[in-house]
Amino acid sequence: MATAATVPPSADPAARSRRGTGLKRRQAIAAYCFVAPFFLVFLSMLVMPLFYSGFLSFFREQLVGGTVFTGVGNYVRALQDEVFLGGVLRMVRFLVIQVPIMLGLALVFALALDSGRLRLHRFIRLSIFVPYAVPGVIAALMWGYLYGPDFGPFGQGARAIGLPTPQFLSSEWMLGSIMNIVTWSFVGYNMIILYAALRSMPTELYEAARVDGAGEFRVAWSIKIPAIKPALLLTTIFSVIGTFQLFNEPNLLRILAPNVIGVGYTPNLYAYNLAFINQEINYAAAIAFLLGFVIMIVSYVVQLGALRRERRS
Amino acid sequence: MTSQPLAARPGAGILPGASSITDEPSRRKGKRRPVGGRRSTVLTIALIACAAYFLLPLVWLVIASTKSNSDLFSTFGLWFADFHLLENVQDVFTFQSGIYASWLRNTILYAVVSGVGAAALATAAGYAFAKLYFPGGNALFAIVLGAIMVPLTALAVPTYLLFSKVGLTDTPWAIILPSLVSPFGVYLMRVYAAGAIPDSLLEAARVDGASEARIFFSVVLRLLAPGFVTVLLFALVATWNNYFLPLIMLNSPEYFPLTVGLAQWQATSAAGSGSQALFSMVITGSLVSIIPLVVAFLFLQRYWQSGLATGGVKH
Repeated sequence: MATAATVPPSADPAARSRRGTGLKRRQAIAAYCFVAPFFLVFLSMLVMPLFYSGFLSFFREQLVGGTVFTGVGNYVRALQDEVFLGGVLRMVRFLVIQVPIMLGLALVFALALDSGRLRLHRFIRLSIFVPYAVPGVIAALMWGYLYGPDFGPFGQGARAIGLPTPQFLSSEWMLGSIMNIVTWSFVGYNMIILYAALRSMPTELYEAARVDGAGEFRVAWSIKIPAIKPALLLTTIFSVIGTFQLFNEPNLLRILAPNVIGVGYTPNLYAYNLAFINQEINYAAAIAFLLGFVIMIVSYVVQLGALRRERRS
Repeated sequence: MTSQPLAARPGAGILPGASSITDEPSRRKGKRRPVGGRRSTVLTIALIACAAYFLLPLVWLVIASTKSNSDLFSTFGLWFADFHLLENVQDVFTFQSGIYASWLRNTILYAVVSGVGAAALATAAGYAFAKLYFPGGNALFAIVLGAIMVPLTALAVPTYLLFSKVGLTDTPWAIILPSLVSPFGVYLMRVYAAGAIPDSLLEAARVDGASEARIFFSVVLRLLAPGFVTVLLFALVATWNNYFLPLIMLNSPEYFPLTVGLAQWQATSAAGSGSQALFSMVITGSLVSIIPLVVAFLFLQRYWQSGLATGGVKH
């Protein structure tokens, strides 16, 4: 593409084309050298484990006779495994409740920041974003203490005014408590993506609407939100991927509530426990693979839905 | 598509490393205030209430880390008791013959080495994808894009098995090597390089007879520096926050990063049995562990912001 223009004007067309192909070849060689280090690591750290995992998932370890080929046996077992299916369903529930709340809040905050109507703009933006700098493990630790019945301020406050201590870590509340931790951690991150998209919008797009008397809400709904659809799609897909991979929070809260969070509370927790506690490596590989497959399907459905809505409008 | 005009404007969030830094404040003051002029007190109060929700756990963490272990249980969580912070910090750094300091060192080492490595690999590859023509380039880039979707935790188990075959588990390499791969970093750098490097500059350098390597090292790298820092920052945070991978790979506490070490302290203290004093240490240790990143984020704001703009605008 660009290479055609790189050749300096020359009187002799033959020399020019010879020079052009030489340049092109040199450029291609250089390009391969530039991408080679990345692809070396990419192949060994991502592609190879992926294929190895797929390979492992077709075998089964037996007490007698060692490892044998079982074809899709592990997958059939997984699709009938109530622990695995229960974990996936829990993540679907998590997805349809938590992701809209998180992205809705992020969008509202981003629009509020972008409206230019806020005082203390910088302070508010940083306060909402700062949890992103807190590792998921630390966030789970902290909220675990806050939820706790002993010295958590919520329990203390409730007792002080004579109410029963809220049981945030009980089986009824646990999923909501985890949703709260994840929302706390990631609203700011998503807000910044959306805010950045809003900032890079040309202001002429809606200044005319304002002159025509459209209010801030109208401008946000009819002009700003449609304009940042790509950023909304990106945040949705990242959230889908993140949700299905949930591990840190349940694994940390499990220490506090071992009876509420079982080995298969999330699919990822299940794969971890299968591989490293039960030593069922092959089955764990199949679970991890199926999980990846579920993630791909859901992300694909999200993208397709976004495309269709766009075409309709 | 509504996004088309945005994507087509190279100045809009794609060139930002340079522009949005200076752009941000000037735009807000110069262009927006006259239009949306009236500041809303109601909106401000509503958002401050929301900001309080995000700050509350951190405020609690700061307060709790100034308390002795018994005061944690006997005083209200959101107000100070006797000031015990220095003793707590001392406990954190001396417990188990100062292993916390090793965890801190390990975390910094893993995060910096993988961050710099990942950013360097992504910069070279992203530049080649954006600015050099080579057969198969588009197909390779499509593969990289597809890999963004691969759930990285699904790779942890097979990577562990492969590493144990070559004796890499329970070494720092087990954390650093997998963290060098950043498909999203390559994507960001490609978008960034496409906007930041004018073709005419490359052409001029080629006409002058400079080799592609020389062009890269003496011209391109300087222009890509803001993008490099952005990818570095993201890779660094990802490794700093990583828990799953080190949990699987490492057995020896002297190699643990902070996340795994603190989780282990937490498990010990929750199990109770005479080690109650650990609670205040886990809390103070958590506070100490988040300070470096929070400070880094405050000072390097413009980089993560421009990076997220690049990723979000051009999808």
